[in-house]
Amino acid sequence: MRMIEIQNVSKRYQSGDVETYALKGVSFRVDDGEFVAIMGPSGSGKSTMMHILGALDSPTGGKYFLDGKDVSTLSEDQLADIRKEKIGFVFQAFNLLPRATVIRNVMLPLMYLEVPRREREARAREALLAAGLDEAHFSHYSNQLSGGQMQRVAIARALVNNPTIILADEPTGNLDTKTGEVVLQTFADLNKRGRTIVLITHEQDVAEHARRIIHIRDGSIVSDKPNTPRV
Amino acid sequence: MTTADFFEETYWALSANKVRSFLTMLGIIIGVGSVIAMVAIGQGSQESIQQNIQSIGSNLIVVSPGAQRGPGVEVSGGLGSSQTLTMADEEAIAQTVTPIQAIDAELSKRYQVTAKGTNTNTQVVGTTSQYPTVRNVTMESGSFLSDQQVTSMAKVAVIGPTTRDDLFGTGADAVGQTLRINGISFNVIGVTQSKGGSGFFNQDDMIFIPISVAQHYLVGPNADGQPYVSTIAVSAQDAASMASVQQQVTNLLLQRHHISDPTLADFTVQNQADIVATASTVTNTFTMLLASIAGISLVVGGIGIMNMMLTTVTERTREIGLRKAIGAKRTDISYQFLMEATALTFIGGAIGVIAGWAASWILAMFAGLTTQVSIFSVLLSFGVSAGIGIVFGYYPARRAARLNPIDALRYE
Ligand SMILES: Nc1ncnc2c1ncn2[C@@H]1O[C@H](COP(=O)(O)OP(=O)(O)O)[C@@H](O)[C@H]1O
Ligand SMILES: [Mg+2]
Repeated sequence: MRMIEIQNVSKRYQSGDVETYALKGVSFRVDDGEFVAIMGPSGSGKSTMMHILGALDSPTGGKYFLDGKDVSTLSEDQLADIRKEKIGFVFQAFNLLPRATVIRNVMLPLMYLEVPRREREARAREALLAAGLDEAHFSHYSNQLSGGQMQRVAIARALVNNPTIILADEPTGNLDTKTGEVVLQTFADLNKRGRTIVLITHEQDVAEHARRIIHIRDGSIVSDKPNTPRV
Repeated sequence: MTTADFFEETYWALSANKVRSFLTMLGIIIGVGSVIAMVAIGQGSQESIQQNIQSIGSNLIVVSPGAQRGPGVEVSGGLGSSQTLTMADEEAIAQTVTPIQAIDAELSKRYQVTAKGTNTNTQVVGTTSQYPTVRNVTMESGSFLSDQQVTSMAKVAVIGPTTRDDLFGTGADAVGQTLRINGISFNVIGVTQSKGGSGFFNQDDMIFIPISVAQHYLVGPNADGQPYVSTIAVSAQDAASMASVQQQVTNLLLQRHHISDPTLADFTVQNQADIVATASTVTNTFTMLLASIAGISLVVGGIGIMNMMLTTVTERTREIGLRKAIGAKRTDISYQFLMEATALTFIGGAIGVIAGWAASWILAMFAGLTTQVSIFSVLLSFGVSAGIGIVFGYYPARRAARLNPIDALRYE
């Protein structure tokens, strides 16, 4: 089944008189259950791509279909609905609420999803366990955690709304190699259990964990190949 | 988001920075508190002035000789130049005007009064047995003048508690003692209950004697050789009949004095309500002045809230971006921030009400001011503070809601 389809998508940024094309007519498809890495050097348009895929931003040209729906025609509120129902974000900078406990951070998307209050905590615990965080940390404040633990909380938060697709922007960028490896293994496990995952990275080693690698450079795709993940 | 979610988010947001939340609320607390305290002082003084006026009698209509004066001014020291009112006028009113509860005639003048080597200068009021009914006077000890004493020109006196203190010593038993007014001896037969009046209305420093005695031995007749009175006080049956009684008295006296043009009347009929109204105008202005000064501090408190909310929005830009990324809509964000601002003013308003109430009580207890907390001022200041939360919270909330999620996430 076709989960993501972008057709000739471009993104133009305008700052003053200067126009920059962060994406220059990119097309690809991602099917249900895939594990794709989007790889490219810094400034190649990866984050721009993730924002568009995540309905956080709209392209200036081309079309984007998510689950068969044309995203470019939707209103701000409809985009918000798509984000809360279909997408789970893992940000490079984690973006946890520092003065909130781990469990409250993970429960946050469920609040916007209007999940009944009594079900939220159980679902948050489940997601945290799936993301591999030890139960001992659930009631800690998020700013008391290590980088690896924060990344797990961020992953749990991305999982908790049962999204059809998880978008991760440089999820290992702030982690040491060993912790990064464990986090990537978590993604691989989630994929094995049927999640669609789009992993954004500038490192070949990280991209090697995916089952397909799309290389982009200067806003255009240079290659799109299947990959046999290293274990 | 459910209502419970909004409350919970507000709770977390405000408790995350307790000191700042409290300091912001302080503006509202002081604003609301001072509005309530100031209005309480204003209303309290209004109330005490009105009570003071009420204490001179109930449903009282006062007839004085001479042309129209400003209301609220009572004759003190001497009788005006006019000596046109007589006992016959009083009797005519008593017989023809209805419905009246009581009527008395008074002839007042200040005299030097002596007793056992002490002396004081005080108001001597010649009057009838009806005086206590008309003027709401009760007795502390002894009894008031009787009809029989008035007719027989008995040289007896009833004195006010202040006069008693001055002449016979504080709290002394004055009944049975003797005092001298203008060299004439009077036997003290009673002391009136203190009314706590002051200024124009000090009824505690007076001596009451039979009006016949005052006319005959002290004051003397008018130019026509007739005994006269300085005041006729009429107590109407009830508040509703005051206007009618006042009109009847005026018409009757115009007729008796053969005056056809009411503007040329040689007497003045004053209604207690007029006096109250004049006093109310003054105290209302005073209350408004106090309340508006306090109101300004309430608005300043509101600006404090806006300032804090704008700071908060800036500080929490990344959080707003994150919330939007996980599905918050504009309305979710704007309601959240609006609710934070409103919660600050609500809590601040509630504390302010308590503080204002406490301040009024403290002022009444320790500064001796009469204060009266009005429900109206409580509702008004609380309502205004809640309104301020919404008005001054709206702009920061809208600003937060309009942040672009990507820009917000990038914000450092
Ligand atoms: N808001 C923006 N305004 C102007 N230019 C931008 C903006 N965001 C990104 N760009 C430009 O778009 C290009 C791609 O950026 P980005 O998608 O962040 O790359 P990557 O994530 O691959 O490093 C860069 O040249 C960057 O400078
Ligand atoms: Mg990037």
